[in-house]
Amino acid sequence: MITVPIEAGQLSGSLDQQKNVSNFEAIKLEKAEVIYGRGKKSTQALAPTNLKVEKGEFVALVGPSGCGKSTILKLASNLLAPSSGHVHVGGREVGAKRVGVGMAFQNPTMLPWLSVRDNVMLPLKIVPPFRARYRQERKGEFRDRAEALLEKVGLKGFGDKKPWQLSGGMLQRASLCRALIHDPELLLLDEPFGALDQFTREELWGILQNLWLESQPTVLLVTHDLREAAFLGTRICVMSPRPGQIIDDQRVTLPRPRTIPMTYEQEFVKLTQQLRELITHTRPDAA
Amino acid sequence: MEFIDKMRQKVAAAALILGFFVAWEIICIIFGVPEIVLPRPTLVMDTLIARFPQLLPHVIQTLSTTLAGFAMGVTVGMLLGAIVGSSKVAYDTAYPLLVGFSSIPKVAVVPIFVLWFGSGTVPAVLTSFVICIFPVVVNVATGLATTEPELEDVLKSLGAKKREILWNVGIPRAMPYFFASLKVAITLAFVGTVLAETIASNRGIGNVMMIATSSFDVPLVFSGLFLLAMLGVSLYLIFSLIERRVTGWAMRKSDLSAA
Ligand SMILES: Nc1ncnc2c1ncn2[C@@H]1O[C@H](COP(=O)(O)OP(=O)(O)OP(=O)(O)O)[C@@H](O)[C@H]1O
Ligand SMILES: [Mg+2]
Repeated sequence: MITVPIEAGQLSGSLDQQKNVSNFEAIKLEKAEVIYGRGKKSTQALAPTNLKVEKGEFVALVGPSGCGKSTILKLASNLLAPSSGHVHVGGREVGAKRVGVGMAFQNPTMLPWLSVRDNVMLPLKIVPPFRARYRQERKGEFRDRAEALLEKVGLKGFGDKKPWQLSGGMLQRASLCRALIHDPELLLLDEPFGALDQFTREELWGILQNLWLESQPTVLLVTHDLREAAFLGTRICVMSPRPGQIIDDQRVTLPRPRTIPMTYEQEFVKLTQQLRELITHTRPDAA
Repeated sequence: MEFIDKMRQKVAAAALILGFFVAWEIICIIFGVPEIVLPRPTLVMDTLIARFPQLLPHVIQTLSTTLAGFAMGVTVGMLLGAIVGSSKVAYDTAYPLLVGFSSIPKVAVVPIFVLWFGSGTVPAVLTSFVICIFPVVVNVATGLATTEPELEDVLKSLGAKKREILWNVGIPRAMPYFFASLKVAITLAFVGTVLAETIASNRGIGNVMMIATSSFDVPLVFSGLFLLAMLGVSLYLIFSLIERRVTGWAMRKSDLSAA
């Protein structure tokens, strides 16, 4: 089959979607490569990578430090354009039309001058169609929405507090709420629980799993914790050291909802061990 | 307990300041320091009270000149700071210029203003304007430039425009820096005004002190100094009070330690 380069806009949207990408694709990287910097100082952060994520999938992305995991998230969130190749989000090439994106990072970055609730409501102030109604609903529907989310993550009654009155784990819960408040189709999480203790982390896995089961957004989760990847993911992608590439891609068939005791069962332990081997094996210093 | 602790601190500070003046007084008396060299604080106060009606118009002159220069400096400084802080190119070009400009001793600038506008109020306003603009620009620019990149990413991925990021994050974040700069700027504005008044004006406290010096009326010179110090301190206090009101969230550390 010969592909003819077509000027953008020549094809109607529906035809475009039928031809290039299916309706079920949330994210598609086609030989997407990222090179930071120019000339001598340039770094290839991501080798040409293919990745397809279907709507409603929960993909966990693991790999050695500096292999380009955060870079993939930046591609998916339209913060970065690939140096070569293509990135489609929500069936469209990135930049054409926005899909609702929610993001959370290891560092919760709350605005210190706003209450926790106002911080959570921040996306509603910016994203259409909510932004048009922000003024009217700030004290009404939106407020209730924020409160309901806060309650789900165990922060009931903390809406009026200022961020610095909360602990790290509580802030991370609030940051999760902020990522979800506008019902995003796509949730991008970059080591969201990386700075938390084991107990809080495991509790938040359960909360995140419930939130995902409720509204089934597409999730791309970057993590260093292989148990976390296996607990949460419907799929796990393993990346090679920099310049990163996806070297393993497997489905996790464990039943839902998963529980912490399950993580000590043989099947689960075998999975995490296998992942560990994949990552340590590809390390340049490995024999 | 906390309240008592706080009171004790305040009382101690007040006692120290008072002690300074008492020591000054005692030393002058014991060593018989002539008043033409260093007048006693009580004498200075006496002079101040006796000559106050005569000094008042000059106080008003200096104060209004300072406030005019300060207002101009803050307005222009804020705008410049916003431009410098939100654009890399502007930062790279404006910063060296600003640093270069602020390293010029302002005494050297006054004659130029006099040349352009004649002696009087205008050079004084302009001097206090140029002297107080720098801290405002630097602080506003720093405040705007220190937005966490991750927060910016969150907002950008939501489709926020540059203006929205500036409004929701940049400006509130820059507020504590801005108010901190106001305290510095107002005291500098005073320095600028008095400097220009001393060199080229026929009104204002600076001018009064100048004339008093040439007639060896040292108590009057010191009265002028006292007045300036008091005005400076009051304005500084007013602006730190406003600062604490508006940007209390940035001072949570001190709140916590007090609690
Ligand atoms: N803005 C940038 N400019 C230059 N190089 C960058 C930039 N951001 C990332 N890199 C480089 O690209 C590579 C991949 O970075 P990335 O942040 O995607 O790694 P990562 O997989 O998220 O690592 P970690 O697990 O440590 O967070 C790294 O080697 C890094 O040095
Ligand atoms: Mg990273």
